[in-house]
Amino acid sequence: MHTQTLALDRLDQPGARQWPRYVLTGLAIFIIGLFLLLPLAAVLIEAFSEGWDLYVQAINDRYTWEAIKLTLLVAAVVVPLNTVFGIAAAWMIARFQFTGRGALTTLIDLPFSISPVIAGLIFVLVFGAHGWFGSWFAEQGFPIIFAVPGIILATLFVTVPFVARELIPLMQEQGSEEEEAAIALGAGSWTMFRKITLPKIKWGLLYGIILCNARAMGEFGAVSVVSGHIRGQTNTLPLHVEILYNEYNFTAAFAVASLLAGLAILTLVLKSLVEWQQARSLERATQ
Amino acid sequence: MSFFRKPLLAFSASVLLAASVAGPAQAEDISLLNVSYDPTREFYQEYNKEFADWYKAESGDSVTIEQSHGGAGKQARSVIDGLPADVVTLALAYDISAIGERTGKLPADWQTRLPNNSAPYSSTIVFLVRKGNPKNIQDWDDLTKPGVEVITPNPKTSGGARWNYLAAWSYVLKKELGDLSKLDNPEFADEVKAAEQKATEYVTKLYKNVPILDSGARGSTTTFVKHGLGDVLLAWENEALLAVNKLSQGEFDIVVPSISILAEPPVTVVNGNVEKKGEGAVEAAEAYLEYLYSPVAQQLAAKHYYRPVFEHFADKEDLKRFPNVTRVTVQDVFGGWQNAQKTHFNDGGVFDAIYLPQ
Amino acid sequence: MKRSFSILPGFRLASGITLFYLSLLVLIPLCALVWKTTELSLDELVATLTNSRVLASFRVSILTALAAALINLFLGFVIAWVLVRYPMPFKRLFDAVIDLPFALPTAVAGIVLAALYAPDGWIGSFFTELGIRIAYTPLGIVVALMFIGLPFVVRTVEPVLQDLDSQLEEAAQSLGASPWTIFRRVLFPPLIPALLTGFALAFARGLGEYGSVIFIAGNMPMVSEIVPLLIITKLEQYDYAGATAIGLMMLVVAFIMLLVINMLQAWTRKRTGKL
Repeated sequence: MHTQTLALDRLDQPGARQWPRYVLTGLAIFIIGLFLLLPLAAVLIEAFSEGWDLYVQAINDRYTWEAIKLTLLVAAVVVPLNTVFGIAAAWMIARFQFTGRGALTTLIDLPFSISPVIAGLIFVLVFGAHGWFGSWFAEQGFPIIFAVPGIILATLFVTVPFVARELIPLMQEQGSEEEEAAIALGAGSWTMFRKITLPKIKWGLLYGIILCNARAMGEFGAVSVVSGHIRGQTNTLPLHVEILYNEYNFTAAFAVASLLAGLAILTLVLKSLVEWQQARSLERATQ
Repeated sequence: MSFFRKPLLAFSASVLLAASVAGPAQAEDISLLNVSYDPTREFYQEYNKEFADWYKAESGDSVTIEQSHGGAGKQARSVIDGLPADVVTLALAYDISAIGERTGKLPADWQTRLPNNSAPYSSTIVFLVRKGNPKNIQDWDDLTKPGVEVITPNPKTSGGARWNYLAAWSYVLKKELGDLSKLDNPEFADEVKAAEQKATEYVTKLYKNVPILDSGARGSTTTFVKHGLGDVLLAWENEALLAVNKLSQGEFDIVVPSISILAEPPVTVVNGNVEKKGEGAVEAAEAYLEYLYSPVAQQLAAKHYYRPVFEHFADKEDLKRFPNVTRVTVQDVFGGWQNAQKTHFNDGGVFDAIYLPQ
Repeated sequence: MKRSFSILPGFRLASGITLFYLSLLVLIPLCALVWKTTELSLDELVATLTNSRVLASFRVSILTALAAALINLFLGFVIAWVLVRYPMPFKRLFDAVIDLPFALPTAVAGIVLAALYAPDGWIGSFFTELGIRIAYTPLGIVVALMFIGLPFVVRTVEPVLQDLDSQLEEAAQSLGASPWTIFRRVLFPPLIPALLTGFALAFARGLGEYGSVIFIAGNMPMVSEIVPLLIITKLEQYDYAGATAIGLMMLVVAFIMLLVINMLQAWTRKRTGKL
């Protein structure tokens, strides 16, 4: 990242042939436009196809509000838990040598490439009525599957890797000299973490949290399996989009989808801000 | 109609009895979960309000009904895996029986608990074609013509799609045999066999004309109506009427085939779940389903394009929308849902064979 | 768990949290998958996995994921290259929007892509005139998986491209090498590990993708039916063991993919001289 400004002037000096640059830039803009900007535009156009009033009406619906509340609740539980886990896992993997480190890293990555369908199914197998613990929890009057805890569990599962995956390479790259120095000088563990580690990883951490949050709010496949689709109770925003779409309520479906797209855009803006800050603090550090 | 009044009267009496035994009735707040399939959303949305008002007046208890909608198979599986449904109102008896078999939460004879095989409304399978019927599709035979694109969902994942498939199969058997009672008569075994062979050939040709198998009925309707694919959509009559009247007026026509199937979406109380909530909830759940046979509910069903069991309760105008069609039953042609499912839709069944490389 | 000595604190706490969390959330549920599959006898397991439709769906899933990952490998590389090396207007916007597929719910992506690529859609109608059908064919699956996988390649290649040692390139230039030779001999080789990693991540993600594909695939048996759909189909028949058997098979494929990815990443780090 810090060599970015240096990188700009090499192949591209006067004298070098210019056409590859224009061809490649054109191609890149075309792909981004076709694959990323066009779908985004399609969501927004459909959402507003029947005017602002109908858009507001679609959003301002009791069930939409319930879905928004549930989605926020899920994210509020999932993101902090995965953040704590991510920091712990990164600390363990990036700062210590131990046998099975590769396998552990792979295990953390696994939810990333497991089909969401299976991600939901495994929790049904564990907590469903015929699962290992399902009937016990149900008897305690605390159902897991087809209730909010199940949705939280499935979301936790699919978002496990996000923070850890962001931090592990970052901390490996940074090395542990400063932390070792702090400990050698007699700092307590907590002080070391707060004063040395956290400032060094904070932007990477924030980036991980933002992506984790986006995925937590947007997860569809796994949540769909464990939700039970009870209106106003176990419907998250992505599930609500599907329901509205299946009710032939296309405008409302895209209006709610635009909320999620808006969330995606907000995520991207936040992420850009984080990266910008990160670049600035790096620049300051190198000066 | 005495049919209908009896349970209701019995119910009212039992409420009175319960009230008198319990002393001054304490009004309860009851919450019920109705797990249903996709196309019933609009109907139950309206019905739930009607029922809650009526029940409040009748018993003093306030009932809130939560709804869960989705593909019928998925919904049944959720109930099996622990979704605490108090009543289920699904597309096929097969799925409700599966709940009973796998959880023991409802008795084997659940279908006899309410009138008309526990189906307060029925429907059938019709064809939805584009305005003016450009491909001139009149009956099942036209669907297998070359160049006709048929849209229907995947019978492996969609309840509605199974009805479509069974209707097509029944048509060929009826055409070949003339009289469906031959199916049960051992004397005609050879003839039946030949007819079944014809039917297999027919559905094979039919599904060769299907370019997309959506996973659910509503997905297929969207593909046909919104994305403009296909020449004919095999659909629930209620879905087709909804598409013609609400979705995009004047763009589609309904074609009624010479023979179709009697589709009966049944309803039942999931005793194992609702009984945990207490006496009041059980009564409310039973009343909820019994009230589906009341004049108000029957009228609502007709309004939402379901054929009511008691037609005289429905608005004349609503009834005009339902064309005359010969409807055969799953029991008559297939000997019940269990058989139909096993022979046709399970892994290795007739439907799978259509797609096997020749 | 043996570890070499370090003066840093917190190993017990960190490993405690990590292992507890992973066991509870990942290991136990995955064991349930294995446990449910053991309900099948070995014969049944083999019969389930070698069924012609199951094999066909594995072929569809693997081929489309492979095709999408290959295309993304090329397109993602071009995008990363342009974003890192060339000045262009709205660079920050273009860079930011790369992550959109990470953030947009897959169901929404599927609905939108199906609408865009359907025969009467904005893009689909253009291809219809050329006689090419995208939505509801395996091509549609490839399009959806390209959307899902693009950021993986861009985001793994970008940092490596940024960190490339400029001295080598300058030396090559002063020795009179042509830009193409410089690219081929100096710039490209160190990028190979990152490209492979991005490719493998996109492939692994594409293999299991369900939400976005289901709307655009057409779901025709033997032709455009993906493995996750077949799992759902098994579940519809209340065949849990059959479903988990196929799920387990996918899990094994995913695990092998990830092991390869992590080895590649270790290799990348070695090549670029970090830890």
